[in-house]
Parts: sequence; structure tokens; C-alpha cells
Amino acid sequence: MKNINASNITKSVKAACIEACLFLPDDVLDSLKGARLREESPAGLDVLDQLVENAQIARNEQVPICQDTGLVLVFVELGQDAHVIDGSLYDAINEGIRQGYEEGYLRKSIVRHPLDRVNTQDNTPAVIYTEIVPGDRLKLTIAPKGGGSENMSVARVFPPAVGAEGIKRFVLETVRNAGPNPCPPIIVGVGIGGTLDKAAVLSKKAILRRVGEPGANPTDAKLEADLLQAVNDTGVGPSGYGGRVTALAVHVESYPCHIASLPVAITIQCHAARHKEIDL
Amino acid sequence: MVRLTTPLKDTDIEALHAGDAVLLSGVVYTARDAAHARLTELLRQGSPLPIDLTGQVIYYVGPTPTKPGQIIGSAGPTTSGRVDSYTPELLAQGLKGMIGKGLRNQTVRDALMVHKAVYLAATGGAAAMLAKRIVSCEIIAYEDLGCEAIRRLEVKDLPLIVINDCYGRDFYLESRQRWDKTEQEG
Repeated sequence: MKNINASNITKSVKAACIEACLFLPDDVLDSLKGARLREESPAGLDVLDQLVENAQIARNEQVPICQDTGLVLVFVELGQDAHVIDGSLYDAINEGIRQGYEEGYLRKSIVRHPLDRVNTQDNTPAVIYTEIVPGDRLKLTIAPKGGGSENMSVARVFPPAVGAEGIKRFVLETVRNAGPNPCPPIIVGVGIGGTLDKAAVLSKKAILRRVGEPGANPTDAKLEADLLQAVNDTGVGPSGYGGRVTALAVHVESYPCHIASLPVAITIQCHAARHKEIDL
Repeated sequence: MVRLTTPLKDTDIEALHAGDAVLLSGVVYTARDAAHARLTELLRQGSPLPIDLTGQVIYYVGPTPTKPGQIIGSAGPTTSGRVDSYTPELLAQGLKGMIGKGLRNQTVRDALMVHKAVYLAATGGAAAMLAKRIVSCEIIAYEDLGCEAIRRLEVKDLPLIVINDCYGRDFYLESRQRWDKTEQEG
């Protein structure tokens, strides 16, 4: 049994929130630079140049990449032999967010109820998913998720007969409808299988993968390649100004499901694909 | 590249066409969903607005908090479509330009033609870069709204693209048609 102090969790989450919002991950930056070599539209190229410049300015001046510093998604992997002491795990995470968003000059974008819309003023609470895993580690993935791209995300349960073609139609319809709104180039997270909610969580996990890294399951990896081609053929392009690069990547995550169902969820992630891992 | 300075006149608007790259300088006002709701509520009550919109430009942005030594925090555009329902009333007050990102509805596009105004986009997510083109910032109304308060910004060479001009053209739709390789499915 390993003891993990709640105050260490808070400290780590605070630092991770700030770093995630200020520093675009290297894989995303490399992917944007790579996209410049494929982009044929002049307006699209200007956008990609601006995004690379933006990431450099944010890093040099230690300011947020985007003014929407997001709702904090947290994926927790808690080892079954780990023991959080001197406080509750979720309170410790939310306290880290509170401190990080205040001290890091990050925008507070959370309202306490979807209808009364009163800002909580500290960007809490986070949306937290917890898995219990073997071992005594605590792993936290902190992912501030922007609202503009989240608003373009969808989930639906299809009959199995729609198959891979049906998934493709759903993805293309979603990307076309979203058009310029989610700040392309996007990363498309696709969750298939499980239940409606499971597919949605899988689609969130999918956006956390290293950009362009193929899925572990060969069927998923093949679907990813097909979908990426199709999405980029839509011509939406960077910022929706037209061009060859609409998505930097499509990531698919799958799970077994009921004989009657084919749940599909699509999370649209903007190019500010922020995430930071913590290992305690 | 077109250089524009606010306030905008009809002749400025008439010279702009969908797809034009613009460098905008001068004063712009910030407003997001909550500020739009308050402004249009005042109009419905027949009360005066906290700003005279004649010839002015609104930037849809809710910046991050300003760090010590900064003029403004990161300040990129938010999705414009969320304020579509309020926009025609503001255009009727003389508003000449809006800066945001993403699609506008047909009602807004029609209102741009009626009132001779323009919708421009800044690059979504380029908030740190765009903030560097802002040379002054002052909250002038609705401070209680925090990042959604109305700010008076002075910008210098803010890089923008004309999306919807006063002739009914739409750069997003035209770009899509030009670059789409897929067969559109009915």
C-alpha cells in the first residue's frame, strides 16, 4: 500500500493546469508544422502559420494559447494499492484547479447550473472519470477542453447494420456541419461500442492520444485512416477558409457492445489539444 | 491586404469583399453572449446603450485575466453564431462590423446587406498572437460580467478575413465549394 498525500495531488494539478494552457504539446505543434507541407490553400497556410506563431508567443510570454482555457477534464487511473491520505481525491483535484486558474491568470468558464448560468468563479468543478487499475500508482491526465469545439460534438446509437460506412457518414456530417466553428484543424475523437455514455467517454479518451498515433486495434486503425482521408476531402480547411487540412488526426477507440446496438460518439477537439499527465 | 481604421463608413464597407485579408486598426468594443443580452434588453426598453454603436465594430471575445504588466490577456475570437439572434438589432443601431469566428445565419447575412455592414473573422485559437495587436484595453460597461464585460480596445493591424460582405457573399461557403473533393450526400 502506497500513501499519496492529497496536498501533493493539489500541487500537481495546479501546475498541470497552468502548463497545459500555456504550452501546446510538442506532438500537436509538430503536427501543425507538418500540416503546412500538405496545405495547398493560401488562406489555410496563413492560418497554420498564425497558429505556429501563436504557440511560440504563448510559450515565450507564458500566456494561454487560447482565451478559452476550458472545462478541466480529468482522467484518473488509481492503483488499487494506492491510498490517498489527508483529504479526498476529488476535492484535492478541484482545489488544484482553483489555485491553478487563479494564480495562472486562466479564464474561469464554468457555470454552476446549465440554466441559471452563474459562474463558479474558480473554474471548478472538473469532470472526472476514474478507473481502478492494478498497482500503487496514481495517474492523472488533465485536459482543459474548449467550449467551441465541444459544442460541435455529438453522440448517437445506430443499428449495427450501418457499419463502418454509417460511422463514416456520421463523422462527415458532423465535420461538415461544424465547418469553421470548432477552430479547425481539428482532432476528431471517435468512440464506438459500449453504450451511449461509454462511447462518449471513449471519444474523449481518443483525443488524448498522441496526435496521429494509430489505434492499438487494427480495425480501429484502418477506420482512422479512412476517416482522416474523408474528413480532409471535405475541404473545410484551416479556420474553415478552405484547404486540404481539416483534421490533424482521427482517433478511434472501441469497446464491446450489445448485439442490437452500434453506439457512436464524436468529440471534436480544436487544435489547442491541451493535456498534461501526472504520475504520483 | 486592405488597411481599415475604425469607425467604419459606408464607403469602407462597400470596398470589402468576401475573402479579403484586412488589417484593422482603431477602437473596437468587446461583447459576448451576456453583454448582447443586456444591450438588446436596453433597446427593447427604449433605454440608451452604454456605447454609441454608430460606425463601430464589436469583437466577440472573452479574454483571459490580465497578468501584471500586460495590456490584456489572451484574446482570440469566440463562436459568433451564438449571438446571431441579437445581431440584427445592433446593426439597426449603426453597428458596422463584427469580429468573431464561425458561421452566421441567413438572418444576419441578410441584415448585413440591409444595413451595409461586414462580418470578419480572426483566427480561432490564435489568442496570444491576437492579444499582441491590442494596444489598449479599458472596461466600459458590465464589469460584473467578468470576461464578458464590455471593453473598449484599441487595436493595431489586427489580422482578419472578410467572411460575409454587404453583397451577400460568404467566404466559408465559397471556400467549401472550391475545396470539397467529396461527393455531397443528400
